[in-house]
Amino acid sequence: MTESVATAALTARTDGLIAAELTVAAGEVVAVVGPNGAGKSTLLRALAGLPGPARAAVAIDGADVGGLPPHRRRIGYVPQDGALFPHLSAARNVAYGLRGRGLSRHQMRDTAHDWLERLGLGDLAARRPGQMSGGQQQRVALARALAPEPRLLLLDEPLAALDVETRASVRHTLRGHLGPYDGACLIVTHDPVDALSLADRMLVVEAGSVVQDAAAVEVTRAPRSAWVARMLGLNAYEGDGRPEGVLLPGGHTLVGADPVPTGPVLVTVHPDHVTLYRDPPGGSARNRWHGVVSEVTGTGTRLRVTVRGTNGPDVVAEVTARAAAELGVGEGLSVWVGVKATGVVMTGL
Amino acid sequence: MVLPLVGLLWRAPWQSVPERLGDPAVRTALRLSLQCSFGALGISLVLGVPLAWLFARVDFPGKSLLRALVLLPLVLPPVVGGVALLLAFGRRGLLGPWLESMGVQLTFSMTGAMLAGAFVALPFLVLSVEGAIAGLDRRYEETAATLGAGPLRVFATVTLPLIAPGLAAGAALAWARALGEFGATITFAGNLPGETQTLPLAVYLMLQDDPDTAVAVSLLLLVVSVVVLVALRGRWLSPSRGRNGGRA
Repeated sequence: MTESVATAALTARTDGLIAAELTVAAGEVVAVVGPNGAGKSTLLRALAGLPGPARAAVAIDGADVGGLPPHRRRIGYVPQDGALFPHLSAARNVAYGLRGRGLSRHQMRDTAHDWLERLGLGDLAARRPGQMSGGQQQRVALARALAPEPRLLLLDEPLAALDVETRASVRHTLRGHLGPYDGACLIVTHDPVDALSLADRMLVVEAGSVVQDAAAVEVTRAPRSAWVARMLGLNAYEGDGRPEGVLLPGGHTLVGADPVPTGPVLVTVHPDHVTLYRDPPGGSARNRWHGVVSEVTGTGTRLRVTVRGTNGPDVVAEVTARAAAELGVGEGLSVWVGVKATGVVMTGL
Repeated sequence: MVLPLVGLLWRAPWQSVPERLGDPAVRTALRLSLQCSFGALGISLVLGVPLAWLFARVDFPGKSLLRALVLLPLVLPPVVGGVALLLAFGRRGLLGPWLESMGVQLTFSMTGAMLAGAFVALPFLVLSVEGAIAGLDRRYEETAATLGAGPLRVFATVTLPLIAPGLAAGAALAWARALGEFGATITFAGNLPGETQTLPLAVYLMLQDDPDTAVAVSLLLLVVSVVVLVALRGRWLSPSRGRNGGRA
C-alpha cells in the first residue's frame, strides 16, 4: 500500500484540534480509531471542509480541494446517525446528490433505485426515514453517499448506533461495497471488529495527534498506544524502560524476555498469557503479584477475569472454564497473578 | 380574561350578524384588512426569514443590537411605532423628500398601512423562524452540502422544509397581528375609508354611531383569532418541541 503514493487518492495535512498527515491510496480503506475526544470526527469534518476546530490542506486525486467549500469537493460523508433528510423518501434521499451531473429526472430516479437495489432496499424506495429501522436508514445513508461516485468517502461511526445483529449485517453490506470502491475511504470506529474486518490500515489517534499509522495486522501485532492495545483486548501498561525491566507508575516492575528499550515503553500482555493461582506461585513465572477478582465475563468457551492488583497493576486474564472452576473464581476472590517473561511484549514509544 | 369575551358574546346582535357583516362599508373594510394584512405578511416574510436565519446562524458585530431593534415593536406602543414610521417615511420624515421625488407616498396610502402592519408583525415571524432554525440539527444541512448542494439549494430543499412548521406558525401569528393592527396604522396611514380604513379602525368609528355592527365585526375578528389559535395548538399552547424545529 505504501508504494502507491503516486496514485494517492487522498493526501491531507490537518492542523488545529487534530494534527495529522495522511496519504490514502485509491481503493484503500483506513480505520480511524482512538478514544472519545481524540479528534476522529474533527478529522473527518476537516477533510469534508465542514466548520470545526481543525482545518485541512486536502488533495483528492492530485487536485487541491483545500480551498473549496464542501459542495465542490466530491466527497461522500455519512455522519454518525446517517442524517437522512426526514422529509424525503429513501429514493429521493439517494437521488439528492445526483443533481448537477447532466442527468435527466428520469435517469436520476433510476440511478437512485439502482443503488437502493444494490443495498437490498429496493422495496423501501418510497419510505421516509421515520418508517425505517436503524439498519435500513444506515444502508440508505450509505447508498446516498456512494451514488454520486465520490472520490473520498468519509464514514463517521457507521455502525455505532445499531444493535449487535443489525451491526453484523450492515457491516457485511459495507464490506461488500467498500471492496469494489475505488476512491479513498476513512471510517471512524470504536469497534476492533469493524476496524479489522473493514479496513486495510489503521490510523490511531489520541489527544489530537496520530499515534500509529500502519497496516491493521501490524497494529494488532505491535500496538503503539495503550488505548488501541486495550481496544484489541490486550493488557497494556505505559512505563519507563530500565535495564532490569519496565517500571510502571505504581512502582511495580514488569520483566520481559527481550532487551528492554530505554525511555517510555508500552508493555502489552495477552490475556492468554496471564495465569491465576490460589497460592503464591513458584516455578517459571517471572512476574507475580497479588490481586482481587473484580469482574468475570464469558467469551465463548473461555472466561475473562478482571483482577484489581493490590501490589501490582490491574490485569485481565482469559482462562478456560475448567481452570476457572478449579480456581473457584468469583468476584472478591483473592488471587495471585503470574505472567511469564515471554508473555511480556515491550514496545519503545 | 374571560369576562370581556362573555360581554362581547352577550351583547352580540346574533340575528343580524350576517346582514351587518354584509354592509358595503364593512365589506370594503374587510377587503382592505385582508389586503393590508397579507401585504404585511409578505413584507414580513421577505425581511423576516433572512433576518431569522442571520440571527440563528451568523455571528456578527452588533447582532444583539439589531435583534433588539427588530423585536422592539413587541413592547413598543403601536402609536409610537406609527409616529416613528411617520418621522422616517412621512412627507417631512427622513426619507420623505427622497420618496416623494421618486413619486412614492407612503403616508395615508394602503402601502403605508401594509408597512405599519409589517412593522408590528415582523417580530412574531422572526422569533418563530429563528427558534425553528436554531433548533434544526446542522448535520442535515452539512450532509446536503457534501452531496454537492450549494447554500441556496440547501436552504430551499433542506432548511425550509424542515422548519416549515415553525415558519407556518410564525406566519399565522404575524398575519393575525397585522390584521388587528390599530395604533401604528391610524398614526401612519390614517383612517381613509376605502384606502386605509381597516376593520379595527372601522370598529372604533362604528362604536360611536352603530354599536351593533361594531360588535358584529368584533365577533368576526374574534373568530379569526380563535381559528389562528386552534391552528397553532400543539406548538404554542403546549411547551414541548421536537428537534426538527418542532415537527410533530
